[in-house]
Amino acid sequence: MPDPRGGTTGGNALLVEARDLAQHFDVSLPCLARLLARQPRRILKAVDGISFQIRRGETLALVGESGCGKSTVARLLVGLYTPTRGTILFEGTDLARLRSGREGAALRRRFQMIFQDPYASLNPRWRTHDIVAEPIRAHRLVAGSTATRERVDELLRQVGLAPADGEKYPHEFSGGQRQRISIARALSSNPDFLVCDEPTSALDVSVQAQILNLMKDLQRAYGLTFLFISHNLAVVRHIADRVGVMYLGRLSELGDVSEIFGRPQHPYTRMLLDAIPDLEGTGRPRTPVAGEVPNPLEPPSGCAFHPRCPWANARCRAERPEPRSAPNGSLVACHGAEEGRLP
Amino acid sequence: MNRNAQPSANPPETAGVRQALLRVEDLRVEFPNRRGTLVAVDGVSFHIDPGEVLGVVGESGAGKSITGAAVIGLLEPPGRLARGRVLLRGERIDGLPEEAMRRIRGRRIGAIFQDPLTSLNPLYTVGRQLVETIRTHLDVTPIQARRQAVALLQEVGIPAAEQRIDHYPHQFSGGMRQRVVIALALCAQPELIIADEPTTALDVSIQAQIITLLKRLCREHGAAVMLITHDMGVIAETADRVAVMYAGRLVEVGPVRDVIHRPRHPYTVGLMGSIPSVGRRADRLAQIDGAMPRLTEIPAGCAFHPRCPRAIDRCRQTRPDLAPDDRGAVACWLYPPPAQPPEAPHA
Repeated sequence: MPDPRGGTTGGNALLVEARDLAQHFDVSLPCLARLLARQPRRILKAVDGISFQIRRGETLALVGESGCGKSTVARLLVGLYTPTRGTILFEGTDLARLRSGREGAALRRRFQMIFQDPYASLNPRWRTHDIVAEPIRAHRLVAGSTATRERVDELLRQVGLAPADGEKYPHEFSGGQRQRISIARALSSNPDFLVCDEPTSALDVSVQAQILNLMKDLQRAYGLTFLFISHNLAVVRHIADRVGVMYLGRLSELGDVSEIFGRPQHPYTRMLLDAIPDLEGTGRPRTPVAGEVPNPLEPPSGCAFHPRCPWANARCRAERPEPRSAPNGSLVACHGAEEGRLP
Repeated sequence: MNRNAQPSANPPETAGVRQALLRVEDLRVEFPNRRGTLVAVDGVSFHIDPGEVLGVVGESGAGKSITGAAVIGLLEPPGRLARGRVLLRGERIDGLPEEAMRRIRGRRIGAIFQDPLTSLNPLYTVGRQLVETIRTHLDVTPIQARRQAVALLQEVGIPAAEQRIDHYPHQFSGGMRQRVVIALALCAQPELIIADEPTTALDVSIQAQIITLLKRLCREHGAAVMLITHDMGVIAETADRVAVMYAGRLVEVGPVRDVIHRPRHPYTVGLMGSIPSVGRRADRLAQIDGAMPRLTEIPAGCAFHPRCPRAIDRCRQTRPDLAPDDRGAVACWLYPPPAQPPEAPHA
């Protein structure tokens, strides 16, 4: 498919690209204590070399268990961390070169983030109106307070709240309504790209359904592009176009949602899918996979999943697999899948 | 074996002749405060048969954890049991003196809570906590108790149990800690286990291990379970019967398959529709507009009527009671109690 690179209107244009992205945290003891305890430096490789592309208007979901680095990727993309290695391209422009200055601000307007906890991400001392208006004022998107108010009222209506709610404080709202406020705030700068870090995992299921439906509606109406971080595979299946499965800071599999759920290639993806309790499988006997996520400070050699993988062999223990295209179009980082020795 | 418990759902709450393991009757829990009294649980009745797994589901604030706490007498003041009875094998256990209740807790009713780190004492090794619990309830020597503790840890799948028994809770991972908590709950061979969100704090792959373990152990030890969770998937995998709570009341009780695949109360219907499934992709999820009312503003009549797509005048005025019928029990005016033999449903 022809790919009009950097085009701003094309339906399939690349919007965001991450190349070999890595984020390492130094979690060593303080200098003196470390010397006294004769300990080496300890580096936590939260994200260790992942690459993906997101096309305009699509939703890429990153799934994985806690500690796999998915939230770190979200924070890297919106610039809350500076990557240890690798580049992030937005419409072909390297973000690292645009962190400051006017160009950077113009670009930042087009990124917004929705956080997991709607109780912690809204300032309790601000009225809803001011919370939603902050990005408008910061980026000087409309002139004058009347125009700002009109814009805020419109945003509140779009997310299913009433303009009168602008006068209230966050504590007067339920969790679902607060998440609507977060969405209104994120939309207020007319962004192209929304990074959503577990936006529904603090919500009850019936409220979660409301928020997921709202996000899909808004995506359709404004052509938004989402990076959606979640640990909940059912939610991901519902909202994503493409899915990346992360394990210990690496992508183990990346592909279309139908392929990930219909024909999972990587043993870890298969295990995750098998592990979810599902309404369809009432009383179904399951084979839980043994073992737990290893300590990310001392990741296993070779493929990080090999201690839990029933098909691991000597090569898996020694050599780290790189993502390769599988016959179904997914990118799979697995020696077994590549050699065709998985059942 | 616990599958056999399903037919018992058919002649449900009224069949008081055969003795249920746990019977809760017309439970009402109040939280008095300066402005008045909040009713967190209102008129809840259910039973659990020996060896049966009853799932209690509902969204946050529905009163499911309070119900569990009321059963084991762990309501935090100012919460109090304002009405109702709790019977364990026909004996009233509500309102027992604290000392008598303590002997029942652990010995006859075990408890597993959401966060394993808060149910374990961080200052004692897990072995000491297990031995102490075993010796509180059973008449054994310290050496026997320790041997039992090691056996229990092996049973819940902790590798190298002989060494791990002398470790402290922080030396275990989340999943392993929850295994220790399960061992602790089972160590005096209780007849009933109250598990309040036992897998919520865990990752999916660990969650699956814990569910499988809990199911197997309760079957082997013959313990019944009251499984409180907001996760319908966990219920579908584990429970024999389900009780659905909304705003402090039970709205529907029935065998797990019926409630999941043929829900009747409009709230249950909406709840099931709003759960995304890994098995299939829907363009839009069914959604129930609005949110559960706060305890201060529970509407008159049926508490669900402001959100109910099928509400009629009667729902706004009169509160429906949980009416048992041939498939379970529903508290909804759309399903009036069968005064005459029930006709074939048309909807």
